[in-house]
Amino acid sequence: MSTLTLSCPTPAIARDHVSLGHGSGGKLSAELMRDLFLPVFRNPTLERMDDQAVLQFGKSRVAFTTDSFVVKPLFFPGGDIGSLAVHGTVNDLAMGGAKPLFLSVAFIIEEGFPMYALQRIVDSLGRAAAACGVQIVTGDTKVVDKGSGDGVFINTTGLGVVAEGVSLSASGARPGDAVILSGCIGDHGIAILAEREGLEFESPVESDSAPLHGLVADMLAATRAIRCMRDPTRGGVSSSLNEIAAQSGVGILIEEQALPIRDEVRGACEMLGLDPLYVANEGKLLAIVDPAVADRLVEAMRKNPLGREARRIGTVTESDAGWVRMRTPLGTTRIVDMLAGDQLPRIC
Amino acid sequence: MCLAVPGKLLETQVISDNRLGVVEFGGIKRSVFLDFVPEAQVGDYVLVHVGFAISRIDEQEAQRTYELLERIGMLETAEASLDADEAYADSPGGSDAVHR
Amino acid sequence: MRYIDEYRDPKIAQALVDQIHARVTKPWVLMEICGGQTHTLMRYGIDELIPSQVELVHGPGCPVCVTPIEVVDKAVEIASRPDVIFVSYGDMLRVPGTKSDLFRVKANGGDVRIAYSPMEAVKIAQKNPARQVVFFGIGFETTAPANAMAVYKARSLGLTNFSELVSHVLVPPAIRLLLNSPENRVQGFIAPGHVCTVMGFWEYKALVDEFHVPIVVGGFEPVDLLEAILMLVAQLEEGRAEVENQYARSVSYQGNEPAQRVVEQVFEVADRKWRGIGTIPMSGLRLRPEFAAYDAEKIFGVGEMEAAEPPECISAQVLQGLKKPVDCPAFATRCTPENPLGAPMVSAEGACAAYYQYRRHATSLVCIA
Repeated sequence: MSTLTLSCPTPAIARDHVSLGHGSGGKLSAELMRDLFLPVFRNPTLERMDDQAVLQFGKSRVAFTTDSFVVKPLFFPGGDIGSLAVHGTVNDLAMGGAKPLFLSVAFIIEEGFPMYALQRIVDSLGRAAAACGVQIVTGDTKVVDKGSGDGVFINTTGLGVVAEGVSLSASGARPGDAVILSGCIGDHGIAILAEREGLEFESPVESDSAPLHGLVADMLAATRAIRCMRDPTRGGVSSSLNEIAAQSGVGILIEEQALPIRDEVRGACEMLGLDPLYVANEGKLLAIVDPAVADRLVEAMRKNPLGREARRIGTVTESDAGWVRMRTPLGTTRIVDMLAGDQLPRIC
Repeated sequence: MCLAVPGKLLETQVISDNRLGVVEFGGIKRSVFLDFVPEAQVGDYVLVHVGFAISRIDEQEAQRTYELLERIGMLETAEASLDADEAYADSPGGSDAVHR
Repeated sequence: MRYIDEYRDPKIAQALVDQIHARVTKPWVLMEICGGQTHTLMRYGIDELIPSQVELVHGPGCPVCVTPIEVVDKAVEIASRPDVIFVSYGDMLRVPGTKSDLFRVKANGGDVRIAYSPMEAVKIAQKNPARQVVFFGIGFETTAPANAMAVYKARSLGLTNFSELVSHVLVPPAIRLLLNSPENRVQGFIAPGHVCTVMGFWEYKALVDEFHVPIVVGGFEPVDLLEAILMLVAQLEEGRAEVENQYARSVSYQGNEPAQRVVEQVFEVADRKWRGIGTIPMSGLRLRPEFAAYDAEKIFGVGEMEAAEPPECISAQVLQGLKKPVDCPAFATRCTPENPLGAPMVSAEGACAAYYQYRRHATSLVCIA
C-alpha cells in the first residue's frame, strides 16, 4: 500500500502576462479594467462601466462607444466580421437608449490578405450600416506584417443621441425588478464554434448578429420604466447579469426553465460540455425593468421580429447582493458565476 | 469524468476501413466512430464519448426502469399534491419544484 | 433530448428524494467517485435535497485533477518545441505545471490545439506530414479505448509523425487504496457509470466481496444519482453489501468487449502517480513496448522528468473525501479558478471548482479558520 502523501500541485501563477482570458469578457477582463485601466483613466463616466458613455453636450446627450472585432473565422453562418462590427457597435449605443447615428471604422489588415475577401467584408459592413441607418463618417487603415494579425481586425467607434427622459445604467437595478431576455441564447457562440470545428447541424445554427436599436425604440415607446439594458456578448448572459448585480449592488435570481434555447444549440452544448449561459450572443438583449410593466414590455417586444421569444427570466433580489443565482428544475438554487476566461469544451 | 452524451444513430457508413455513424444529439449531427458498438443499428441510441460510441443504449432496460420511476413519481404527486400547492404558492417553479 | 430530459424530471426526482428521506434512520457517508457526478450533484443542488444525515464526499474521479505535475511539465516541454503540433482535450489546457501550462505555451506562440476526439489529432498528423503531432492521452478507463484506437489507427495508416503522451489512470486501485486507508469514512460508493460502460462492473463486485461495502453503478443525470443514492441507503439500512447497477441502460456486467480489447492491445497496466495522492501500484496505463514508435515520452526523451510538489493545498484530502473544498483555508481566497493552487480547482470536474462555481456564496457566511 502506498503512503498517502500530502502534496499540492502548484504555486499560483504570476500575472505577468496578458492571456486570452483577459479578453474573454469574464472575470479576468473585469480585473484588467479594475486594476489597470480604471486607476489610470479615472473619471465619473468611465466608472459607471456601461457599454457606452453618455455625455452631456449642451442640451443633448450623446452616447459614445468603441469596440474592436477580432472574430475568427472572419466569415460564419449569419454574418462576418464586417456586419458584426456594425451590429456590435450599434448595440452598444442602443443599450444606452441611444439612436445610433455615426460610426468610424478602422481596419488593421495583415499583409497578403486577399483583396476579394476584404471587398466582401467591406460590402457586408456597408450593407449593415445602411440597414441600420448609420453613416460611416470616418476611418483608418493600417497594414501589419504577415503573421502579426489574424487577417483582419476592425475597430469602431459609434455616436448616437439619447432622447430626453431616457436614463439607463447598469447601476439602476432595484430589488423586485423583472429580468427580461429578448430571445434564444447561445446562437452566435455555437455558430462560430461549429464553423471552426466543422460541426454539422440538421438545420444550421446561424449567428444571431443583428442591430437591436429598433427593438429598443419599441421598448422605450412601450415604457420608460426600464432601468438598464445589456447585450450579452462575450461571456454570455452570465457576464452581463453579474456585471449588473455588481454595479447595482443587488442579487439576481433567474429560472433555468425559463431560459429560451434552440434545440440545436442545446444539443451542441450538451455534446461539448458547454453551459449556454456563458456562450456569446450578438443579437439579444437583457433588460431590467419595473415589475409593474414587465408583461406589457414583453408583449411589445414580441411584436418585433428580434423579440419574438422575449420573456421574463428572473427577478432582482435584495438578498445575496452581488450574486447571480439560478433556480434549477429541481427547485434548488445554485450560483451562476462569472467565468475566469473563455469556456473550453471538456471531455470530463 | 467522462462526458458521454446519448444520441440517435441515423446512418452508418464505411470510409477508408472505418465504420462511422451519423449520430444526432437534439438537432445536431456528428460523425462518430462505431468501432466499439458493432451491434448498433440505424435507429438505435448510442452513448458517445470523445467521438466514439461506447455503448448501445438498452432501450428495453431503460423503458422498464423508467416506467418504475414514473409510477413512483405519479403516486408521489397524487399524495403530495395538497401540500405542494400550498408550500409553493408564490414560487415561479410552481408545484413542480422538488422540495425537502 | 432523449435519455437526458427524462432523467432530469423534477417529479421523479422529488419522489426519489422523498423515498430517501423515508428510508434513512442513521447517518451514512457516501462517495460518488466520478467528477462528472460531483458536477451534477453541485449543479442541481442534490446534496441540499437529501437528508442531512446522508453525507456525500467527493472522490478522486477527475483524471485532470490527478494527472501528475511532471506529466503536465512533459506536455509543456513537448508543446514548446517548434516542430510540434500539440493536441489536447480542452480540460488540460489550464492545469498548472511547475512553471507553466499549455495555455501559456499557446500564448507564447506554441501550436497547441484543442480536440474533441483523438481521431482529430490523427487527421492533423495526416495533413501535416512535416510536423510532429502529439496527442495528450489522459483520462480514466472511459477514454482509454478512444486513445488506444487512435494509436492503433495511426499505425494502420503508417503514420510516422503521430504519438501520444499517455497518462491514463484506473479507478479500482484508487478505491482499494481508499478502502485500505485507516482514515476512510466512506460506507458506500457510487461507481462511475461511464467507466463501467467500458469496463463492466465485475471489478466492483470484487471490491464488494473484499471490503463488504455496498457499491452502486450510477449514471450522471439527477434522477440517476438520486436513484443510486436511494439504492445505497437501502442497502446500508438493511445491512447488505452488494454491487448493484443503476445505470443498466448503458452498463453491463462484463462491459464493452471490443473497447477492452483495443485497450489491452495497445496499453499495459503500470504503476502511476496520482497528483495529490502519490504512487498507486498498477493503477495506470502506458503504451506497450511494441507501440514505442507512438510513445511521445520516448520520442521526445522526457521520460525521466521529475517534479517537486510544494506542499500547501489539501487536494490530497479532498480527493480522498477526507475534507471538503470549503474546509481548505485557501478555498476561494488564495485559490480560485483564475489563480488555482491545485488541480481540483482548475478542472471543470474538480470538486473545488464545482464548489466554487455553484456554492461559493453560501460559504462566504462561514468562517474559514
